[in-house]
Amino acid sequence: MSGSTPPSPTHATAAQPRHALRIFLVWLVLSAIATPLVYLVLGPHLPPGGMSDSAASQQFDMKVLTAIATPVVLFIWTYFGYALIFFRSQRGVIEDGPPIRGNRVFQAGWLGITTALVLFLFGFGTYELIHPAGAGAGEGPNPIWSPVSSSSTKPLEVQVIAQQWQFTYRYLNAGGFETTQLYLPVDRPVVFHVTSLDVIHGFWAYQLGVKADANPGVDNVAFTTPTQLGRFEVRCSELCGIWHGAMYNNGYVVSAGAFSQWLTKEQQRHAPDLPLLPPAAPYYNPGAGGGFYGSGQEPNATATPSPFPSSVTSPAGS
Amino acid sequence: MALDITSSPAGDGGTLATGGVPAARRTRNDWLRPNVLWGLVGAVIGYAIGHWAGNAIAHNWQQVQGSDQNNVSLVLGYLVGSVGFLAGLGIVNYPLAKLVGRQPPAPEEAQPGLGKFFRYTLDHKVVGAQYLVAMILYFMVGGLFALLFRTELLSPTSHVITPDAYIELVGMHGTMMMMMMTSAIIGPFGNYLVPLMIGSKRVAFPRLEALSLWLTPAAFVVLLSGLLIGGFPTGWTGYAPLAVQATQGMDSYLVSFGLMALSLLFGAVNMAATIISHRAPGMTFGRLPIFVWAMLSTASIMVLAVPVLFAGLYLMLMDRTWQTAFFTWQHGGSPYLWENLFWFFGHPEVYLLALPSFGILAELLPVFARKPAFGYRTVVAGLIGVGVLSFFVWQHHLFMSGMNPDMRPVVMLTTELISVPTGIVYLGAIGTLWRAKIRITVPMLFCLGLLFNFLLGGITGVFISDVPADTTLHGSFFVLAHFHYTIMGGYMFGFFAGVYYWFPRFTGLQLSEKIGTWHFWTMIVFFNSTFLPLFAVGLLGQPRRVFEYQHRLQGLNDWATISAYLLGVSLLIFLWNIVWTTAIKNRPSSMNPWHSLGLEWTIPYPTPLENFDRVPVVLSSPYDYGVPDRPPVAVVPEPVGVGCGPALSDPVREEDQHG
Amino acid sequence: MSKPGRLLAIIIPFLIAATLFIWGGLKLSRYPAAIAATTSSTSNGAEASLTMQTVPALGSGPHPDWVSYLIQRPDGQWVHTTMLQVPAHALVHVTILQYDTGSDLRNPLMNQPQGTVGGTITVNGQTVDALTPKNDAPGIGHTFTIPALGVSVPLEGVPDTAKNPCSAAPCTTNYSHNTIQFEFRTGAAGLYHWQCFVPCGTAFLYGNGGPMQTLGFMGGFLKVVA
Repeated sequence: MSGSTPPSPTHATAAQPRHALRIFLVWLVLSAIATPLVYLVLGPHLPPGGMSDSAASQQFDMKVLTAIATPVVLFIWTYFGYALIFFRSQRGVIEDGPPIRGNRVFQAGWLGITTALVLFLFGFGTYELIHPAGAGAGEGPNPIWSPVSSSSTKPLEVQVIAQQWQFTYRYLNAGGFETTQLYLPVDRPVVFHVTSLDVIHGFWAYQLGVKADANPGVDNVAFTTPTQLGRFEVRCSELCGIWHGAMYNNGYVVSAGAFSQWLTKEQQRHAPDLPLLPPAAPYYNPGAGGGFYGSGQEPNATATPSPFPSSVTSPAGS
Repeated sequence: MALDITSSPAGDGGTLATGGVPAARRTRNDWLRPNVLWGLVGAVIGYAIGHWAGNAIAHNWQQVQGSDQNNVSLVLGYLVGSVGFLAGLGIVNYPLAKLVGRQPPAPEEAQPGLGKFFRYTLDHKVVGAQYLVAMILYFMVGGLFALLFRTELLSPTSHVITPDAYIELVGMHGTMMMMMMTSAIIGPFGNYLVPLMIGSKRVAFPRLEALSLWLTPAAFVVLLSGLLIGGFPTGWTGYAPLAVQATQGMDSYLVSFGLMALSLLFGAVNMAATIISHRAPGMTFGRLPIFVWAMLSTASIMVLAVPVLFAGLYLMLMDRTWQTAFFTWQHGGSPYLWENLFWFFGHPEVYLLALPSFGILAELLPVFARKPAFGYRTVVAGLIGVGVLSFFVWQHHLFMSGMNPDMRPVVMLTTELISVPTGIVYLGAIGTLWRAKIRITVPMLFCLGLLFNFLLGGITGVFISDVPADTTLHGSFFVLAHFHYTIMGGYMFGFFAGVYYWFPRFTGLQLSEKIGTWHFWTMIVFFNSTFLPLFAVGLLGQPRRVFEYQHRLQGLNDWATISAYLLGVSLLIFLWNIVWTTAIKNRPSSMNPWHSLGLEWTIPYPTPLENFDRVPVVLSSPYDYGVPDRPPVAVVPEPVGVGCGPALSDPVREEDQHG
Repeated sequence: MSKPGRLLAIIIPFLIAATLFIWGGLKLSRYPAAIAATTSSTSNGAEASLTMQTVPALGSGPHPDWVSYLIQRPDGQWVHTTMLQVPAHALVHVTILQYDTGSDLRNPLMNQPQGTVGGTITVNGQTVDALTPKNDAPGIGHTFTIPALGVSVPLEGVPDTAKNPCSAAPCTTNYSHNTIQFEFRTGAAGLYHWQCFVPCGTAFLYGNGGPMQTLGFMGGFLKVVA
């Protein structure tokens, strides 16, 4: 049964070079060079940039993760590179290596270090998630991590309504008018209430570092505070059908003055259709004529939403 | 495959006691016995019956008349057609005969020629070879879909294919690769090799095993037929309100995924039972090859995760046909329900794709390092740990969904914890290569490629598991690149390592090392060249599954598309290698070309029908390279000497346990 | 098996597979040609005019019950497509003949014409700037919306009680219909998606399946060429 067993191994009795020390030194030098470079040079270019507080915190998060990943990747590369150069058999010779089955210290050390890294990443990620109020991610209808409210700046409440296949926006504390444009004032907290009229969509304001799924019948809340003026892209991030790829528009962060000008203009422009809209509610249930399987079937009464409380819809500054 | 079998004498299964009986049977024309052609006939007849029944039931429903879409007739057509296919293959003959108390048809005998590869057979080696061909076919078809829609992404705003065709192709590619390819390693290598590796003459449930194979072509055809009726717009994840809304192509996704779920379930039950109960004497759990451990862990995950998927598919089918409302919120259902059911399967599924390749890696490294597997127990614990943890991480797919936001730190912890047992695979590889005598062969190259790619795939996984970073990365091309690095870069590299390594075991021929080296280097270069830019594309803000993207991303996308074409060329080199080796050169390889200590290499080629004349007694681990005065891995006992359980078993005369 | 036999056994399936793939690829990549608008240039710059109709049921093909847009070629022929071609930086005159009945919108914002020249549209010769639903209003049949250009026009539906409803495409003006006319300005060259926002894929969940998700029925591309 062991007919093909190779000749018994010939162990090199000559003193082995100190492989472990060499690998460690190479790795140390490479890491010492690369890690600061990654953090300081690549880091500031990592997405999503610094257009809002949540974007900035995500960028910091990615910077730290990349900096931690660098030595790990370098260790694996260094080791396997070294092994492939120095631990080779002679060409065409079948010879056995030393029968090492394990090494308690190495195994325990490896497990200890990886576990410690993971626990650190968990602690860091959790802090980064709670600290800037959910890091711009959708937090469902009852967010438990919200920004500390200060009486001077009441947040701007914007409802994002996704449907197949466009986003529209209702400015809840400016009378609740609905528009296809998204303008935000700089340095004022924004609360996005994301919902959908049909299937699942995803509201992704890329440069703002905001992403929240738009679920039908759900008010998915996300927080951010834009800190820089400029344009940001809004894209749909959950596959929603044929025009998913075309479901995008641009939003703009503008100065407080420009924002109130725009708000007044849009309010006037959309005054005629305001009476047609349902009262602003956390989610909507558009009924017949698009209801369930054919027309005429009225939606379930329990699915009818109740409007937003006045704490959301009251105008700014009150 | 195995084209040289024709030249072997007809009596290669000569040890069989039934040798005399089949002589009469063999005179029956091969074309008249159940085979894949009769299966096709059965499928057509079954489809017609099911379609007619569905029309009779539902033709005057309001929903059917208003939408021109009779989902009931299509689903019934698919289901009855699949049953017809299996009946034409002769799969129901045995259970039917048992049911009515008749003498079941005689078990098959060893057959010469290629005919057996086109039939339902109980020989696990034939099933393994059939699986190998089937998986390569599914992989190539899925890859071609990818090339088609990458072509569309050459330009951000002008189009070669229409947006609905684009979504169809994306969904087809994803479903083909994630669903059909789940058994890419457990199917061919698990079924073929596990009995050989554990010293068994047979698998535990050969009929379930064969059924698991023959469900895959049914699923394949049903899935592809979706293209003819408009495809499905949901991608492979089938998110709920969209899938309920979609046209008939969605039914092909549901039925085909359902058939495949059954296939996975049956294959996994057989695999786990075989490993647990059919080990040779002396093949203790402590001596089990790591590949077999990986198969056991994979099969255990499958048995637990796939039923949840099946339940989800069933509910979705009810929503689409009988108009229930499990997934529409206005009537008491919830889209979250589908997301949970799907990902409760879907994330363990990802590890179903990782564990088998880890098994191949850990199995092959000792052979080519010529050292014992390092930290055997730790690596096995890692494989099991990945399997256990994989059930606690699925909600990281829902970080942005607004559901259970306060649970996110917990899921972040479990997700990151899974990198500890995954890291053990690297621990094992590092230890095994330490002061080794590495031989660079094509299988070894693919193992090293796996280590390289999976490192990047795993590290980027940590980014995605971190909720703040995931706020930017979720649903973007970064996620896409991440899982292509783990699945294409890990799983498929492991698959190819296995193909090159065990091809002599399957066919008696050794794939050309020269062409194989070309295949490896083109594949790893163009694989990285395709998917590395896609990390950047995702970081820069391109969502998945879009047919239009930002102009600033065109350069990176074009680079990826052209690399993808070249990756396709690399796979053509692989196909050419198979053609060259089997059809042109066709030179038998030596019995143990890699000088492995594995039990599977102690058997001559062609492998006898019952693998071992007598069940061997295993004496030592298959990884004892370099151990002075090591005993042989196994010995074949004298007929009287050792008599315990498996040695007495005989697949021919023994009653089948599952019947 | 002999060597030629083995080779044939491999080459023949390979050729079959390659043929199938090329056939499928060509079938999928067959991109519908756009119908060019009638163009003219005036002292105000380039102008173009488009004529379309919406029908309640196509009446033929694999989906005879689906609603659809049709486009009129310059030679007067009605074509079942949704691919339009107009010049860049031009004033586009659009005439839509609405033969379908109306229903509720999922998003009432789409009641208001947006992005048209003057913010108004002409319905059966009457200029309006918003469709205010009266109690007896037939509702909106479809919309013609190009989200990226900010253009959206509601098409008032034909009353359910209309005497002479059209049932199969193409409809002639003998049938009951509304004529909606408006102008909009195109910008830079490019490909813009347009669609209907009325949930008119009846019998599909939320009315947005079937014709709403199939190119050539209720959505397509506006190709703006320089």
